Amino acid sequence: MRIKKAESNIVEGDLTPMIDMTFQLIAFFMVLINFTQSEQNERIVLPDSELAKPPETPLEHPITLHLTEEGTVIIGGEEIPITGLGPYLSREANVLRLRGRPLSDATIVIRGHRDAQTGKVQELIRECQRNNFETFALRAEEDVGN
Amino acid sequence: MRVRNVAGNRNDKVEISMTPMIDIVFQLLVFFIMTFRIVAQEGDFNVKMPLSAPAEGLPDPDRLPPMKVRLQAHPSGDLALISLNEQPLGQSFRTLHNQIRDVVGDDRGPGSIQETAEVELDADYHLRYEYVISAITAVSGYLDANRNIVNLVERVRFSPPRTPPN
Repeated sequence: MRIKKAESNIVEGDLTPMIDMTFQLIAFFMVLINFTQSEQNERIVLPDSELAKPPETPLEHPITLHLTEEGTVIIGGEEIPITGLGPYLSREANVLRLRGRPLSDATIVIRGHRDAQTGKVQELIRECQRNNFETFALRAEEDVGN
Repeated sequence: MRVRNVAGNRNDKVEISMTPMIDIVFQLLVFFIMTFRIVAQEGDFNVKMPLSAPAEGLPDPDRLPPMKVRLQAHPSGDLALISLNEQPLGQSFRTLHNQIRDVVGDDRGPGSIQETAEVELDADYHLRYEYVISAITAVSGYLDANRNIVNLVERVRFSPPRTPPN
């Protein structure tokens, strides 16, 4: 039996440009995706500073403390008063000792809410000092408006 | 029925179905779009707060005494007054910056004023923290024409905290 080849009436669009663009968009988002959100907290609105630039080398042993507007501290997902920070800092200190590193290697990164009271920040620093930490970094958001 | 050998027909194309790939690619794209957040860059100001009290005795003659920046607050927590070494400067951090810049000058390198200068921040308890960061920014440096950071005072510390208002 002879079968005639039927002429196709389907008009196929060229998908190549669309796929190219889509891959470029995916590459763009993959490059920009931020995996460091564990260091951030949505409740904390950082103060602005034009000098706040990301460090060229990452901190060796950062311990991030989020100071809320109300004066409580968020560490490891738990919200605690500043006075209750001792056990958490002792645990961090023990981890450092087990690694054979001095406490001076650790940096306490304070992510304080811009409307928090300065006295609370100082109390937080003092509480860390009581646990033998002495290097602090006050985190601010880069102000690109100026 | 006789079936012809189609292998020899060079005009036939083997078309790979693009649909699954496009499905996956669009799902990836939607995932990245939904999880994309524009996050501003963050940076740190280093503050050294040693455990021990400052050494007693005669101060080092090569070292400037710390410049004391006093930040007074209104009851609302807003900034009321900036003072540098007990000299009132109003509410302008720009004035504070200019004063610090005059002291530090353009000398850089080992033994320079810029290397040894120190600022002690003394702020009211209820002052909003953003003013402290503004003060640290004013004394720490500035951006030049190429937006590179020029450092002024690198040693910043806090004085003991004041008592909270009743």
